[in-house]
Amino acid sequence: MSSLSQPHNASIKPSPWRKFLLGNRASLGTLAVFVVMMLIFFAFAPGIFSRWPIYNSVLLTLPVALFLVVPLVFIVTVGEIDLSFPATMGFSAWIFALAVQAGFNPFIGMIGAILVGMGLGFGVGAIVVYAGLSSLVATLGMNFLLRGLIMIPTEGKSISLLGLNDTLAYKLFSSSVGGFPIQVVWALIFVIISIFLYNRHRFGVRVRAVGDNPDSAAQMGIDTKRVRVATFVFMGLGAALAGIFSTMINFTWWPSSGDAYLLPTLAAVFVGGTPTWGGVGTVAGGAMGAVIVSFIQTGIVAGGLSGFYVQFFNGLIIILSLLGHRWNQIRYR
Amino acid sequence: MGERLIELRDIKKSYGNVFAVGGVSLHVDRGEVVGLLGDNGAGKSTLIKILAGAVRPSHGQIFVRGKEVPGWSPARSRDAGIETVFQDRALAVQQTIVRNIFMGREITTAMGFLDVAKERSEAERLMREIGFTSKVFSPDSIVGQLSGGERQGVAIARAIYNKADLIILDEPTTALSLTETEKVFRFVRTVRESGRSILFIGHNIHHVFDIAERFIVLDRGRVALEITKDEAKSAENLIAFMEHIAHPNGPNPLEAILAERAAHRQGAQA
Repeated sequence: MSSLSQPHNASIKPSPWRKFLLGNRASLGTLAVFVVMMLIFFAFAPGIFSRWPIYNSVLLTLPVALFLVVPLVFIVTVGEIDLSFPATMGFSAWIFALAVQAGFNPFIGMIGAILVGMGLGFGVGAIVVYAGLSSLVATLGMNFLLRGLIMIPTEGKSISLLGLNDTLAYKLFSSSVGGFPIQVVWALIFVIISIFLYNRHRFGVRVRAVGDNPDSAAQMGIDTKRVRVATFVFMGLGAALAGIFSTMINFTWWPSSGDAYLLPTLAAVFVGGTPTWGGVGTVAGGAMGAVIVSFIQTGIVAGGLSGFYVQFFNGLIIILSLLGHRWNQIRYR
Repeated sequence: MGERLIELRDIKKSYGNVFAVGGVSLHVDRGEVVGLLGDNGAGKSTLIKILAGAVRPSHGQIFVRGKEVPGWSPARSRDAGIETVFQDRALAVQQTIVRNIFMGREITTAMGFLDVAKERSEAERLMREIGFTSKVFSPDSIVGQLSGGERQGVAIARAIYNKADLIILDEPTTALSLTETEKVFRFVRTVRESGRSILFIGHNIHHVFDIAERFIVLDRGRVALEITKDEAKSAENLIAFMEHIAHPNGPNPLEAILAERAAHRQGAQA
C-alpha cells in the first residue's frame, strides 16, 4: 500500500488547532501580511496610527470595496474573471440615484438597483457561459459597453442627492454611530454571510467543484453552466450594493462611479490568497485583501511619503503577497 | 432471470461521419454482473459515457425497468440508480474526500446549508464499508494528497452511496499495483453479494471472467458476441475469440459453442 510511505505520526483526527491552521492557511497568510504592513506603518508614523481618524477615513470607503471583492472571489474560484463589475456598479447606482431624484423612497430605489445589478450580472454571465466566450475579453467589452450606455444619455453629468440626508435609509445604512461609520457593519454582515455561503452552503461547494474540475462536476450531475452564471449574478448583487453605498456615502452619483475600483478590487482578491487557477479560494482572505489595499494608499500618505509612492508600494505589496501565497499553499493541479 | 434493470436499444453515436457506437443493443438484469470487453476503440468508453448520461446518443432508446426514459442526462442516469466509476475517476483533487463523495448531492439542512456532521459520518461509514480506511487520512483529507489506489477508493465510496442499483466500473484497476487491484476486487465481490448489478469493463480478461456471469464483446462499435459464463466455459475461449476478431484469418474458436446455442434455442422454440 502506497500510504505506507507516508509518515505514521499523523493521526486520523488532527487537533482542532492544527486543522484550523491548515484549513485557513491562505487567509491566515493574508492576515500576517496585514499585521506586518500595519506594524511598519506604525513604526514610521506612530503619532498618526495610534489615533482613530486614520482608521475612520479607511472605514468610510472600505465597505464599498468589500461588496465588490467578496463576489469576485466566487467568480475566480469558479474559474472565470469579471472586469465588468465597475460598470454594473455605476449602472445600478444610476438607477438608485434616478429613483431617489424622482422622489421615490430610497428603499424602492435600492430594490430597483439590486434587481438591475443582478439582471446585468445575469446578462454578462449568460454571454460568457452560454456563448462560450472568454470571460476576460467578454467582460472587458461589457464594461465599456455598459459605461457607454451610462455616458450617452447622461452626457457625463452627475446627480446630486442632498435630500438623502434626512431619510431613514440613510440613517440605517450610511450614518455614523458614535463616530463609527455604520456601513461597515452592513459590509461585515455581507462578508460573514458570504463566508458561510462559500464554505458551508451547496452553492459554495458547487462553485469550488466546478472550478476544480468542470468535467467531474458535470459527470456528477451538477449543472456547471448554471453555477457559473450564478456567480456572475452574485457579482451583480455585490456591485449594486457597492454602488448604492458609494452613492449614499457621497450624496452624489457620478457617471464614472465604480471605475476606480477595477484594479484595486482585482488586486485584493489575489492579495487575499485566492489563486488564479480555480477550485479554491478564501472569502475572509479576500476581505482582508481589501483592507490591505485600502490601507496602503492612506497609510503611505499618512506616513509622510508623497502620493507618488503609492503606486510603487501598491505593486510591491501585490508581488510580495503573491510570492508569500505561492510558498504557503500547496498546488494540486 | 431477474428484472430487466436497464436496456439499450440500437444506440448509435457518431462524431461527424465516424460511428464510435454503431447500433448497440444490450441489457443488464437486476443482481447481474456483466463484463464488457473489447479492444481500444471498440466503443466501450463511449457506451459507458452514454449510460452515465455524459454523452448524448445520436440515435436509439434507453429503457429503465421496462420504461423508456426520454431526455437522458447525467441527472436522469443517477435518478435511475446508475453510478459510474469513471476511468479518470472524475475527482476534484483540491477538495476533501467528503466533498468528492457528496459532489452534486450535498446533504443539506434548511436553506441549502450543509449538514457537515452528517456528511462526515456518512463518509466514514461508506469508507469503512469498502475497507477504505487508514491512519494517515481522514474524510477531511484533500484528495490531491492520496495515492492512485486511494483515489479509486474515494470514487468507489462515492458510487455505493445512495444504494445504486447498477454500478459501472470503467477499467477500475488500470495503473494500480497488485495489492491495490486486489482491494478493488474485494470491493466488487461485496457489491455483487449485496445484490447490486455491476457492469465491469476491463482489459484483463481473466479478471473480468472471474467476476462476471455474462460477457458482451464489442468490436468497432457493434456487439460482436454476447455469451454467458456457462457457454464460454473458460477465459481462454474468450481470449481466443477476441484474437479472432482482431485477426480474423482462422476459424472462429467459439463456432462450435455458438452453433450449439443456436441449435438449443431452435429446439426450445420447436
